Amino acid sequence: MSIDSVLIPAAVLGGMGLFFGVLLAVSSKVFHVDQDPRIAEITDTLPGANCGGCGYAGCSNLASAIVEGKVPVSSCPVGGAAVAQKIAAIMGVEAGDVAKMVAHVNCRGGLNAHRKYEYAGLSDCMAASKVAGGPLDCTYGCLGYGSCVQACRYGALHIENGVAVVDAKKCVACGQCVAACPRHLISIVSAKQDVFVSCSSHLRGAELRRICNIGCIGCMLCQKACPTGAITVTDNLASIDYDKCINCGACANACPRKLIVNARESAPASKPAQ
Amino acid sequence: MSGTELFSLALGAILINNFIFSRFLGICPFLGVSKKVETAVGMGMAVIFVMTVASAATYLINEYVLAPLSLEYMQTVAFILVIASLVQFVEMVLMKMMPSLYQALGIYLPLITTNCAVLGVALLNVQEGYNFIGSVLFGFTAAVGFTLAIILLASIRERLEFADEPECFKGFPIVLITSGLLAIAFMGFQGLSIF
Repeated sequence: MSIDSVLIPAAVLGGMGLFFGVLLAVSSKVFHVDQDPRIAEITDTLPGANCGGCGYAGCSNLASAIVEGKVPVSSCPVGGAAVAQKIAAIMGVEAGDVAKMVAHVNCRGGLNAHRKYEYAGLSDCMAASKVAGGPLDCTYGCLGYGSCVQACRYGALHIENGVAVVDAKKCVACGQCVAACPRHLISIVSAKQDVFVSCSSHLRGAELRRICNIGCIGCMLCQKACPTGAITVTDNLASIDYDKCINCGACANACPRKLIVNARESAPASKPAQ
Repeated sequence: MSGTELFSLALGAILINNFIFSRFLGICPFLGVSKKVETAVGMGMAVIFVMTVASAATYLINEYVLAPLSLEYMQTVAFILVIASLVQFVEMVLMKMMPSLYQALGIYLPLITTNCAVLGVALLNVQEGYNFIGSVLFGFTAAVGFTLAIILLASIRERLEFADEPECFKGFPIVLITSGLLAIAFMGFQGLSIF
């Protein structure tokens, strides 16, 4: 056996390896794509939950949108001010004021709302709402089967007295619960805000009194009590213009049904529905 | 190779000797990337792309480098080298020339550099003595067979999510049983091999 039978294969394979190595080295230069290093940096800074709260498919997509200047540095609702500050440092701009937002459930019906039948199906609001329009007499109210609790990745929601309640400390305002609620009861509001109209019903007062012990009857007392004219009652439902609201709480005191309340308090231990 | 031969080769690669169900090559991505139909399609497309290109490249290497020097026994090593660098190269070219295609295939390409289905197709081409057209067609159709298999399994797994299987079968075991049953079903295609 001559030494050639070792040398030739070694040389051929070595040559091929060298050839492909050089090819890859050259092509990595020729086909080099300039990618902004800031994209990787911002992606690392973002929480990495890929929750989609910003409207993009994931954290890296948001990072490239920020670098392209399509959206402001404070676009991540989960990271909040801290992350916005870091991204601003990477981008070399001012972060500006990032208002912390939280989700709020615009219903406190729960056990106060009358039921037309006992639902015993899948514990899911969408499923429950498909059975004869849901077990509640109220077609606007919270069903309390916890679809929003399921959707929340941060454990910020729970069901209390038959109605979903947000824990503002844990909430990052990603908006997953807003999408999950089949009755569209959850909205994202400023965390500084203390007073909310916790009812979504547009039913007339007399009708509503019949089916819920706590819903808005459109009595207009809050509208009269408000010193800044921030509350208006339209379609039998009070709504607050948060640009005018000064958080004074006059409306909450005036409300005879006690549904305009400090959202930080939990839902009232209710009188059981008949 | 005549048209009939090419047709029977294609039919054989897709159905009768399906890479997954009959030759048991490429099982790793078959089980790993078959959770969702969407990713399964992406993986399938990447495999089709890589296997077709790899068949052509390894045929040329074998025919014009290894065979003249009678180094056929080095095929396995040489083919791995060729396939790995080829995939890397293609990835770079795609990133520059066709960013949209890169977006679609990008994450799957590195996964299949050392896939045994890709190496298997290269070695089988040599074993069966296919010419250039035969090799490329065999690579392409074998990958189509792979794609068919992985999409089938992914579709079934999406439905299995809602199935109430016994506790001990939950997760991976039921997937293995499913693919076993699929393989048995594919045995039925043996009857097609009349050519």
